[in-house]
Amino acid sequence: MKSELLIKNGRVIDPANAIDKKCNVLIVDGVIAEVAEEIQNSKFKMQNYRTVIDATGKLVVPGLIDIHVHFREPGDEEEETIASGSAAAVSAGFTSVVCMPNTRPPIENETDVEYVHRKARQARKTHVYLMGAITKGRAGVELAEMGFMAEAGAVGFTDDGNGVQDPAVMLRALKYAGMFDVVVAQHCQDERIAGSGVMNSGYHSTVLGLPGIDKLAEEAMLWRDIQLAKKTKVRYHAQHVSTAGAIRLIRDGKKDSLPITCEVTPHHLLLTEENCAEYDTNYKVNPPLRTERDIEALREAIAAGVVDALVTDHAPHLQSEKELEFLAAPFGIASLECSLGLYEKALISPGVLNWVGLIRLMTEKPAKIIGVDKGTLGKGKQADVTIIDADAEYTIDVRSFRSKSRNCPYHGWRVKGKVEKTIVGGEIRFSAGVN
Amino acid sequence: MALKSKKFRWERKGLLGLRELSAEEITYILDTAEGFEQISSRTVKKAPALRGKTVVNLFFEDSTRTRNSFALAASRLSADVVEFTKKSSSVSKGETLLDTARNLEAMGIDIVVIRHSAGGAAKLLSRNINACVVNAGDGFCEHPTQGLLDVYTIRKLRGSLDGLKIAIVGDIVHSRVARSDMWAMTKLGAEVTFVGPATLMPGQVEQLPVKVSYSLDEVIEKVDVINMLRIQFERLGGNPFPSVREYSHYFGLTVERMKRAKEDILVMHPGPINRGLEMESEVADGKNSVILEQVTNGVAVRMAVLFLVNQAAAQKK
Repeated sequence: MKSELLIKNGRVIDPANAIDKKCNVLIVDGVIAEVAEEIQNSKFKMQNYRTVIDATGKLVVPGLIDIHVHFREPGDEEEETIASGSAAAVSAGFTSVVCMPNTRPPIENETDVEYVHRKARQARKTHVYLMGAITKGRAGVELAEMGFMAEAGAVGFTDDGNGVQDPAVMLRALKYAGMFDVVVAQHCQDERIAGSGVMNSGYHSTVLGLPGIDKLAEEAMLWRDIQLAKKTKVRYHAQHVSTAGAIRLIRDGKKDSLPITCEVTPHHLLLTEENCAEYDTNYKVNPPLRTERDIEALREAIAAGVVDALVTDHAPHLQSEKELEFLAAPFGIASLECSLGLYEKALISPGVLNWVGLIRLMTEKPAKIIGVDKGTLGKGKQADVTIIDADAEYTIDVRSFRSKSRNCPYHGWRVKGKVEKTIVGGEIRFSAGVN
Repeated sequence: MALKSKKFRWERKGLLGLRELSAEEITYILDTAEGFEQISSRTVKKAPALRGKTVVNLFFEDSTRTRNSFALAASRLSADVVEFTKKSSSVSKGETLLDTARNLEAMGIDIVVIRHSAGGAAKLLSRNINACVVNAGDGFCEHPTQGLLDVYTIRKLRGSLDGLKIAIVGDIVHSRVARSDMWAMTKLGAEVTFVGPATLMPGQVEQLPVKVSYSLDEVIEKVDVINMLRIQFERLGGNPFPSVREYSHYFGLTVERMKRAKEDILVMHPGPINRGLEMESEVADGKNSVILEQVTNGVAVRMAVLFLVNQAAAQKK
């Protein structure tokens, strides 16, 4: 017997197919069968569907995609596992995530790739994709086996956590990756400029007596990489862009029709260096929190369509590590589970985007960056669907997180936009109040 | 100087930095220190104020002067002093700062005096333990008792800091003394100029309440007080200036430069001096130098701080 699922009466937003209207979504055998006001499929009578979800007053959107998360497996399973991370993801509306390769050991060959995929299959929550390392050991010296990793399913490459420092190595990486048509992503930070910095360089780092990271560290590497992308014509993706200067470089590069894309995190849209004033290490993140001016520039760029994806850079860490001195604590914010509410606060509430625009940056566009056939409700596509109560307000409580970590500075924030149900491949994998 | 206001009450059970203190609070510490100064010149150098209290000197960085000064201050107030020196800038290995502190607290410590290489370490500690916390230097952030003894010394010799022009010269970016001095001196009405090479100035220095100069020669004639910072080779990294010789040429306090200074200029240095580098020996030992008075006053100021935080803690109980 076929498995059927009908989501009725929701406001369906499917930016890829220019749909934004109240209608029904029919899923048959894990695939989108029809999206219409009146389901035409004559074989089915509405009342006979095995499962019917009434989505009246809710948003029905393609499953959300986060192309930048850290699930810490293998190596730091105490902080997060693929199982705990994907349970957190699915509860936050994500049907696909992309894990970064800076695990211990790093993901740098096909065996590593297959290990992550196996863990993800066992967890059976979201689709878990991954990016492999650009260089062996993420050391920035020798290329990792990008070809084998791409064949095993890696959707891109990055040394995330580090930028590739040597311009000759980066040039080689782009040329080589170009043969396999995968994106090369970069954590833009020139280590020599950044030095031992732990927060944005400026007034606040000075009075706190903490070494600063100059914005130039990000911008100098991004400028260099854009020149390399221009030369090689290989797809290049700038991760977690955080400064006004960096976003200007991206905008200008796009004007020149270069194959470049970029992503922005919620913390770079909501928090500033001032948040570090009490040495709260939950605000220690890399790239560091910048200034109001940078937030403004990022929001403007999002409104103008310069930004291609919203990502969390979900970076779980242990309490015992985060209670170290600011200088010694690890970088990272765990925000996967409250991200939708954060984007609502950062972008919809102040009128930077409407829901259609927001959903596009969380579905269609990120899918394109990693080159997977997802992010739409088109007929015949795998049925990844998220149902959102856009008006539901709630208070973020880290104690309720499914993630193993609690290093989240948004605890206690009031936000709007709650995930009701997450459907992955036609299966309901999350239902608010049920699991 | 008499107490300005009898109504004022010191309420902090710790001293983390001077940035958060009001001019009134700073003045109150200085006034209290005046009262303690004469204890050190008695034949019996003891007062009973901290009898039965235990002070731990928790030093994660090398220090002789500050550690001994705190130890003397505590013992002159009759406290028991425990020395805890642990030289490790890398906290990633071994016991964490908080675990160390929790252990100390479990042993019944009343006051922790902490020196640490990380900015904010004292604050981190004070948020997590009940004992009083006194910052004896945290990274590049603050060295509040040094700032206090500097303004104490100036006030003692000049009566007041109001309207004085003060130059702080050297490696500003890595200097907690420069920061603590800046907060204390400006709050008490002085005009502070940071002098040093551009490569040793902090980012966005223009947002700080100071003037900035890259030329000691332009500043030397105008100032009433000059505080020469120590070049901290252990912190420098890279090479922010081409050579010691070139640094001394532009930023050293030489006998030649002193000839153009005001006749009664006060020459200060937080110590230990690199003789011949920041200043020539003849200047360090010259008639304008108050470097050893700073050291003497340090004990009285630290007695005042220990006394006040302990009193505030007692009142809160």
